[in-house]
Amino acid sequence: MTAPAVRRTQSTASLRHRLAERGIDTSLLMLVPALVFAVALFIYPFSYGIGLTFQPSVAVQEQWGGGVFANYVAFFKDSFVFDSVYLTMRLALPAALFNVLASLPMAFKLRHRFRGKKLLTTLLVLPITLGTVLTAQGLLIFAGRQGWLNRFLLQIGVIDQPLALVNNYLGVMFSLIISGFPFAFLLISSYLSGIDPSIEAAAKTMGANWQQRFRRVILPLLAPGLATTFILTFVLAFSVFPSARLVGDAMGATRVMALMGYRAFAEQIDYPMASTIAVMMGVVELAVIALVLLWRSFMYKGTTGGKG
Amino acid sequence: MATQTVASGAPRPDVTAPRNRKRPKPGVPPGERSLVASPSTWVVWAGTAAFFIFLIGILVSVMVDSFGRSWFTTWLPETFSTDWYASAWDRFGMTQVIGVTLAVAVAVIILSVLIGVPAAYLLARRRFPFKKLLTVLFFLPVLMPPITYGIPLATVMYNMGLGRSLTAVILVNLVPSVPFVIMTMTPFIEQINPAIESAARMSGANTRRVFTRILMPLLVPGVLAASILVLVRTVGMFELTFLVSGPGSDTLVVAIYRAMTAAGGGESRPLISAMAVVYTLSMMAILIIALRFVSPVQLVARVKESRED
Repeated sequence: MTAPAVRRTQSTASLRHRLAERGIDTSLLMLVPALVFAVALFIYPFSYGIGLTFQPSVAVQEQWGGGVFANYVAFFKDSFVFDSVYLTMRLALPAALFNVLASLPMAFKLRHRFRGKKLLTTLLVLPITLGTVLTAQGLLIFAGRQGWLNRFLLQIGVIDQPLALVNNYLGVMFSLIISGFPFAFLLISSYLSGIDPSIEAAAKTMGANWQQRFRRVILPLLAPGLATTFILTFVLAFSVFPSARLVGDAMGATRVMALMGYRAFAEQIDYPMASTIAVMMGVVELAVIALVLLWRSFMYKGTTGGKG
Repeated sequence: MATQTVASGAPRPDVTAPRNRKRPKPGVPPGERSLVASPSTWVVWAGTAAFFIFLIGILVSVMVDSFGRSWFTTWLPETFSTDWYASAWDRFGMTQVIGVTLAVAVAVIILSVLIGVPAAYLLARRRFPFKKLLTVLFFLPVLMPPITYGIPLATVMYNMGLGRSLTAVILVNLVPSVPFVIMTMTPFIEQINPAIESAARMSGANTRRVFTRILMPLLVPGVLAASILVLVRTVGMFELTFLVSGPGSDTLVVAIYRAMTAAGGGESRPLISAMAVVYTLSMMAILIIALRFVSPVQLVARVKESRED
């Protein structure tokens, strides 16, 4: 009610002053480089790419029809391309789930202080130095037919034939776990350390046993962290393609979307189709993230009381 | 034969007996944990052990391979030599590849700090219209898989005639780096007491002086941490660099990948291993320095303080 009156009395002040009161002044110019960067290197290319998907090449148009939507028609109808969605999910979802579920008990067990904890965390960072390309090379040597792993298993008599651990689905899975697990573990550990220990202590005092404490106290508090970790490991696993090519079966079980996108981009030089695959990758990934966030929205959203 | 088994079997009860006798004895003082861990602990440690066996196996086998000669059906190569390193160095022009990698990393660090820190400062300190929208915009590249925006971005680069050039590699690597700097620096700036800036302003310092004399020295540790994280990410970044780089602008990871997938079954394995070892060692050197300044968690995600949960 008094707002118009206030505005009228302020109108004597200069425009600059009034803008400054709303948080707009020359220091906002510091935002300009970042804004230029975001527009030039992210928004423009991305919208350009989306526009490109509606300009299919003549070959695609002739083969699949559908006018400006020919790329999308090709994406859904060409089973060679569309199957890659399923193949990607078959790799990325189990990998992300495994990484989160395996690091949960580990982070839980290792949250207390013990000797060598710092060493353990440092060692867990090691795979980040390896990177996917190197992990692939190592897996090929270590877990290959002549590698130490198979040699050892043969020697102790567990198996008769060398196991096929690389150049197939399993190889990529191993590579995803090796690069994703430490990531998930470090994140979950940090979320876990953000939960105030006195909350659990209180539950203990009231007579809750180990399972109840975990199920009723820790898990609800940790759920947002778990969701975030799952999303981040999923994004990591979803977009992987060097290992799919190097330790996987690039034409068969690990023909992931990223690989198809790259193939269209660099080998067929069909930029519109490559952009279509890239956009569809984004859509599929966002759908999974949206599902996780939906699940998370049903969870406890208050404070964890810790240092987080 | 028979005597041997008897001989080896005889001392066994003596060895195990004291352990068996000790286990049921509840002579543990209260508050001290028993040495025999619960089954769940064993599972956790077994998982950790399995993971590390894989990890160390991978590392050591690449290492051995790079020094080995004719390693086919034996546990270890027949002879060892450092020839692979010398030939890898010549064959792949490692001097140039490493030079490119360093140049790209340094350029990306400088540019992303210059672009990111002012934006982080405003996001940390000020309220202004559309702040939420801008924050989302800045963080979007981190949430997307690199390939998703990499392919359109690379298309634009090729259309502008920048394909396979060093400029393109640097520009492409800025896309995930700038949000990362903003993400690391915003909480860092938030924890600097604003009263310090106010005091400087009251003492008559203008904005420029506040920045150069007051904020810069305070920001150095944060900038250092962010730079190292960007360095690790840029050197390790494969997807984006791979899409736009070509001969002459390949970074080390991409060069290794190209050597592995070269037509005709790729280069010989130890040659690639030698390159891989060079890569790992340089990454480890960076990381050891990095861990002096940042916590391991920061290497994988934004710092704890920035959590909005």
